Amino acid sequence: MRWLRRNAVVIAGLLTLAYLILPNVIVMVFSFNKPNGRFNYEWQRFSTDAWTDPCGVADLCGSLGLSLQIALWATIGATVLGTLIAFALARYRFRARSSVNTLIFLPMAMPEVVMAASLATLFLNMGIQFGFWTILIAHIMFCLSFVVTAVKARVMSMDPRLEQAAQDLYATPVQTFLKVTLPIAAPGIAAGALLSFALSFDDFIITNFNAGSTVTFPMFVWGSAQRGTPVQINVIGTAMFLIAVLCVLGGQLFTGRRKRS
Amino acid sequence: MSAATQAPPEPTAPALEVRKPPTRKRLVPYWLLLPGILWLLVFFAAPLVYQASTSLQTGSLEEGFKVTWHIATYWDALGEYWPQFVRSVAFAAIATLLCLVLGYPLAYLIAFKAGRWRNVVMILVIAPFFTSFLIRTLAWKTILADGGPVVGVLNSLHILDVTSAIGLTEGTRVLATPLAVVCGLTYNFLPFMILPLYTCLERIDPRLHEAAGDLYAKPATTFRRVTFPLSMPGVVAGTLLTFIPAAGDYINAELLGSTDQKMIGNVIQSQFLRVLDYPTAAALSFILMAAILAMVTIYIRKSGTEDLV
Repeated sequence: MRWLRRNAVVIAGLLTLAYLILPNVIVMVFSFNKPNGRFNYEWQRFSTDAWTDPCGVADLCGSLGLSLQIALWATIGATVLGTLIAFALARYRFRARSSVNTLIFLPMAMPEVVMAASLATLFLNMGIQFGFWTILIAHIMFCLSFVVTAVKARVMSMDPRLEQAAQDLYATPVQTFLKVTLPIAAPGIAAGALLSFALSFDDFIITNFNAGSTVTFPMFVWGSAQRGTPVQINVIGTAMFLIAVLCVLGGQLFTGRRKRS
Repeated sequence: MSAATQAPPEPTAPALEVRKPPTRKRLVPYWLLLPGILWLLVFFAAPLVYQASTSLQTGSLEEGFKVTWHIATYWDALGEYWPQFVRSVAFAAIATLLCLVLGYPLAYLIAFKAGRWRNVVMILVIAPFFTSFLIRTLAWKTILADGGPVVGVLNSLHILDVTSAIGLTEGTRVLATPLAVVCGLTYNFLPFMILPLYTCLERIDPRLHEAAGDLYAKPATTFRRVTFPLSMPGVVAGTLLTFIPAAGDYINAELLGSTDQKMIGNVIQSQFLRVLDYPTAAALSFILMAAILAMVTIYIRKSGTEDLV
């Protein structure tokens, strides 16, 4: 009983962790299911059919490719624009600074459905055709703030004397930026880019309003929840999960080894 | 790198201001801001204005819409959909509270107890993100399925009797009840609570705990008087990051609920994408935006962490 009381926090924390992981375990297990009928919600029997034929469902892999493509371009766009803003905010004093800060903060404090509906209203009124470009524009818009926040935090915590030292050692402004400032800001930029990619790839609400008849991967999953869920969805979900974990573990090993040497 | 620890909190080159730099240099920040801010103004701020004007229009798809200052749209929308508004706020509030109660121990665990397992637990918190959240939400349909093990256990422990009594479930079902929707909302936004809590807790000097213990504070007292007050910024950030998206969410209500659990997001979505009644959709999302901004402002003022932004 005393042991239980002393470790109450750990037990509660681990239970929460289980709650977070459980759906992923279900997704993984059900990727080996062979369902009767169209929906993959009940366990029938073991099968590797879906894993050997991941693109076996019409439009599935096409939507996946489109989502990856949009996420890539949205990441590039948001990272470039966001990094520029972050540097301006972290390094310069100027008028309208607080309004800029508010404009950056608001998209993060706005329910997605509001941004989605209003942007779609704009496109409708302008008579712009919904599709790849409208999705990309929307994704860059909502990823931007997250990049700014990530990069700004990093640049703010940077010692300005490092740059002064570089200039004292006769580095030109360009050299200082490329050899000192950018490497130090890089982890912040990388974090912002990674976050953008994840947010864009997984976005449903904003895409749903601004996609027209274009189908991204989350839109495909949404549609299949109505029509019937193919097992292949679980295969792709599981594969993404495993790839991400492997990448993170690989990165950990890599940085760990570099620190030691 | 020891010099970095003494860095002033806001290193914004004061030397530049003293020397009064040439105009070309003074324009640098504006050039840096221009593309990104323009993007936000055109695709974020302008649409909000556009939407406000749409909400005051009348007309039909065939004849086109015109601004007629038809304020009644707002009254009609509120009159017809106030249950969904109330439900959204209630569901989001319950889910936020659950996220706090469930997330705090885990954030505490990662920050103070995990030791060399810290990175592993951290990866386990973040990794589920990489499976599309729609797929994970669909998995809850399996977990909470009628006659499944979870429902069975809840039934035999008579928990469902209690939740039925307060109107969260109906009979022996969990799926298609408010409980399922709240459960899905809690699950989906839990990481948004854990991460800010963790960053806040991690910065607390463990010596403060020792000092409290040396002054004869019991662990519970230490937590109440030292740890929790110091983690307040994380609590505020976490509750905002869960409440705001939860209040506008329509995915959990659609996938895990029935027609009786529709939230305001569902209404906006169907008005906009199915009924094509743009003025009503615009009015509803304008009300939602105003309500949330008002709540957030009051909340930030009350909790006294205005430097959050």
